[in-house]
Amino acid sequence: MQSLIQTSSTMLFTAFIIYLVATLFFGFTIKDKLTDKRNSKLAGKIAITLTIIGFIAHLIYFVTRWLASGHAPVSNMFEFVTFLGMCLVLAFIIIWFIYKFNLLGLFALPIAMLFIAYASMFPTEVAPLVPSLKSHWLYIHVTTVAVGSGILFISFVAGLIYLLRNVDQTERNKRSISLEVVMYLIFLLIGFIVASTAFGAMDYHASFEYTNNDKVQTTDYTLPPIAAPHNGTLLTEDVMKPWFESPSWMRGADAGRKFNSVIWSFIVGTILYGIVRLILRKRVAAAIQPLLQHVKPDLLDEINYRSVAIGFPVYTLGGLIFAAIWAQEAWGRFWGWDPKEVWALITWFFYAAYLHLRLSRGWHGERSAWLAVIGFGIILFNLIVVNLVLAGLHSYA
Amino acid sequence: MNSIKCECGHVNPEGTVLCEACGKPIEGNQHIDGNDKKKLLNMRYEGSARRSNTYNKTIIDKIWNFFSSVKIAVWLIVIALIASSIGTIFPLEQYIPADAVSRDPSVFYEATYGLAGKIFYQLGFHQLYSSWWYLLLIASIGVSLVICSIDRFVPLYRALKRQKAKRHESFLSRLRFYSETESVQEEEIKQVKEQLAKQRYNVKEEDGHIVAEKGRFSRWGPYVNHIGLIIILIAAMLRLSPIFFFEEYVWVREGELRVIPGTDNEYFIENKQFILDTYDADDERFKDALQKEGRVVPSNFQTNAIIYRAIESEVVGAEQELEKVDEFEIRMNEPAKFGGYTLYQQGYQLNEFSEMTFKLYEMNDPDTEPLGEFTVDLFDPDLEYELDNGFKVEIAEFYPDYTISEEGVRSKTNSSNNPAFVFKLYPPNSEDAEISFVGDVIGTAEQMGIDPEVVDLSPMGQVIGTFTPSIDPTGGENNYRILIDSIDFDRKSGLNVKRDYTLPIFIIGAIIFMAGVLQGMYWQHRRIWIHPKNNGILLAAHTNKNWFGLKKDIEKAIEGTSINIVNDQKED
Ligand code: HEM
Repeated sequence: MQSLIQTSSTMLFTAFIIYLVATLFFGFTIKDKLTDKRNSKLAGKIAITLTIIGFIAHLIYFVTRWLASGHAPVSNMFEFVTFLGMCLVLAFIIIWFIYKFNLLGLFALPIAMLFIAYASMFPTEVAPLVPSLKSHWLYIHVTTVAVGSGILFISFVAGLIYLLRNVDQTERNKRSISLEVVMYLIFLLIGFIVASTAFGAMDYHASFEYTNNDKVQTTDYTLPPIAAPHNGTLLTEDVMKPWFESPSWMRGADAGRKFNSVIWSFIVGTILYGIVRLILRKRVAAAIQPLLQHVKPDLLDEINYRSVAIGFPVYTLGGLIFAAIWAQEAWGRFWGWDPKEVWALITWFFYAAYLHLRLSRGWHGERSAWLAVIGFGIILFNLIVVNLVLAGLHSYA
Repeated sequence: MNSIKCECGHVNPEGTVLCEACGKPIEGNQHIDGNDKKKLLNMRYEGSARRSNTYNKTIIDKIWNFFSSVKIAVWLIVIALIASSIGTIFPLEQYIPADAVSRDPSVFYEATYGLAGKIFYQLGFHQLYSSWWYLLLIASIGVSLVICSIDRFVPLYRALKRQKAKRHESFLSRLRFYSETESVQEEEIKQVKEQLAKQRYNVKEEDGHIVAEKGRFSRWGPYVNHIGLIIILIAAMLRLSPIFFFEEYVWVREGELRVIPGTDNEYFIENKQFILDTYDADDERFKDALQKEGRVVPSNFQTNAIIYRAIESEVVGAEQELEKVDEFEIRMNEPAKFGGYTLYQQGYQLNEFSEMTFKLYEMNDPDTEPLGEFTVDLFDPDLEYELDNGFKVEIAEFYPDYTISEEGVRSKTNSSNNPAFVFKLYPPNSEDAEISFVGDVIGTAEQMGIDPEVVDLSPMGQVIGTFTPSIDPTGGENNYRILIDSIDFDRKSGLNVKRDYTLPIFIIGAIIFMAGVLQGMYWQHRRIWIHPKNNGILLAAHTNKNWFGLKKDIEKAIEGTSINIVNDQKED
């Protein structure tokens, strides 16, 4: 049993490394001056082969963990986010075989890797299922949602490349600044991962005691406490004293700890971003732009739309229909306006609006690309904020 | 109606933009689809005559036009999206947690979230999804769906049915995919036709003019999916009526037989046993996670129940007779279904006090034999208990769920979660009573440092049982004292009773919706026209989506011929 879990985590790590190498090869495909055409094609072939091998490793992680735990590994934040990363890679592979478009991999794989890294910040122990989660419909529902989201993520990747290529970087305006904000947000996520990994390697712990709803609770910080829980007292000795207390309206279990993680993400992410800006001496998006000059914007727009067209039905089936069937079996109500359900509905409404807007002129190209970025944001909001903050029935944390 | 005759001889209804048969732009109507400003034709509805673009005089026209606009539809969807998100800021009324400061919404929101919470409550957002304006919004989406679909479906259907292979040059040259080839051999055209047929195009010919078409049915996808949505909305409306939907909740103790509420005294449930399984903390797979969790994790809630049905007695006024329907093991995710009703395992209570036995002692002599004992059935307490040796106990006050707070002593609920008594004790042959207070086991346990919530998942009797006899609630001048000797606990199962006739309608709606979306998204309507001109041809093509795929089809079809590949004339 333990060895299966061991194999499983080794495979996940292997997949991560292979994706990294595959990304490099996708990078080599960019240099397509005429003389380099053949090399570029070769690099592309190697890259997609590696991606598929990485995906197989990822799949082995999934299967072995399933065998070890006896249930599909989609039942907590670590497992679900890892699986989302896997679905993103799967969707990328499918789209690659339709369009043979290498550059997409250069952006899709790093995003998949960010997902895996982010997932690893959550507890990775194999946890038992509480009775309400013991249903085949749960697996069917969660896996379909993840596959649908993975396909929709591709539209984000295509949209992002479109914007990086097309937004005029010589001017400082709403568009170029918004795009830079998107880049900055990605840095914040990297900041969170870097900070958690660094302090995790040092095995950092600090506990607090605080009262929540008239009950005394303790919370364990794995990052040095900049913000203490509201009305919290530090229990651990020899650690940094908190600088201030979380505001009183941040209630709920572990609100202080989560707030502290957000602060750390901002600090580390901003420092990383600052360093990169200093090296580049221009906007990050502006630095990427020259690499993308050979890409046809029409193709990006097509991929953006196609992935929504393919992903929307899958998402509807998993996120609304299967979800409703499961809720009906588990709680006897197929719809209960739980925050997670509402946000699935919002996502669905959003992509329906996207599809309707595509019916009219003027919404193709850049506007569609922005919409794809917003859609990605909504799915992530449901994944992160709703799970960790607006906790309802589905709360994992 | 003012119809318009095209030069090809076809008679079009008023408001037509492109002739239904040959596609020639009809003069004077080009502004309708915005074709006058662009080189490319707007092909979304084949330039057919839509009511919304043709009439705009009466109030009905105006309403029709309002709801048939996709722009309005998008606005409605976006407003619904934003409105929905507001309701997730704070928990809805039904999700106010059980351990909240107060479950009264007028107190809860302000007390928990401050000013923002107060505003949230005062604007009625705690029941946002059943507010009139939210329902109105969803209803207008429904209206818009219906009108928009009718407005487009009928003319589109006409246009696609009447189209001819022979198209006007000015139509073809203004499509997105278009090319001209000066000279083409007869042979080559034949080859292209064969290739197209091989790709499963439906090829039609008319005086040498060719149209190859496939996937037309995908054009109906959006209308099919909108019908699915309308069915879902109708089901949601029906659900508001108790004929189609009702829901009740019932608590049944182990061993108890009870009528199931909402079934008109037709069905009864007997709870044979309530089972609660937990994960073994030493389970090799889950050890680490369970340790981190630091509490017992349940693995199964289950009620073993028998369902009975009352049979009409033949003799009027005789006792009702019960006939067994079936036995069920009701678990989470495995509800019991019978006679149109469904029972869901929802809640449980393991530690309901059911019986308490008390013993009576002399005050100053702790080692004496008890003077007598009596047992109180907490669900049906007597007013008075006569003890063997002449003592009499009267219940002066009974708090099933005792609590003491600033407002004084009271019972939190009517369930016997923490019983407490004020007894009047009459010694033999005496008229004067002593007052004793007995109970509040939970409070005592808490004072002793035992957290009753930790024992939530293990029978409380095991934990409480070890210390109950030592409770001495009385003080003062009494000569006697009453001590708890033993407590019996009950296990209750909470079941949700539902009858929902709208489910099949929802399911049908969902299936139709999915079918329509797949139809519209995974297939595409592709058409390729070949128009002979002098020695050569004009080649044009149109699709509603996936231009990339269409281009590949054309490349394949003209491979090995001298025909020029189509140019993408897209502006933007
Ligand atoms: C608010 C009322 C709505 C109106 C007026 C409306 C109108 C339309 C129209 C005119 C089309 C294009 C039909 C065509 O291409 O011939 C369409 C397509 C579509 N509608 Fe709606 N719709 C509404 C609501 C919705 C909703 C709530 C959904 C689902 C979330 C939805 C899903 C779709 C889909 C998936 C398509 C196909 C889009 C495509 O083919 O690209 N619609 N709708």
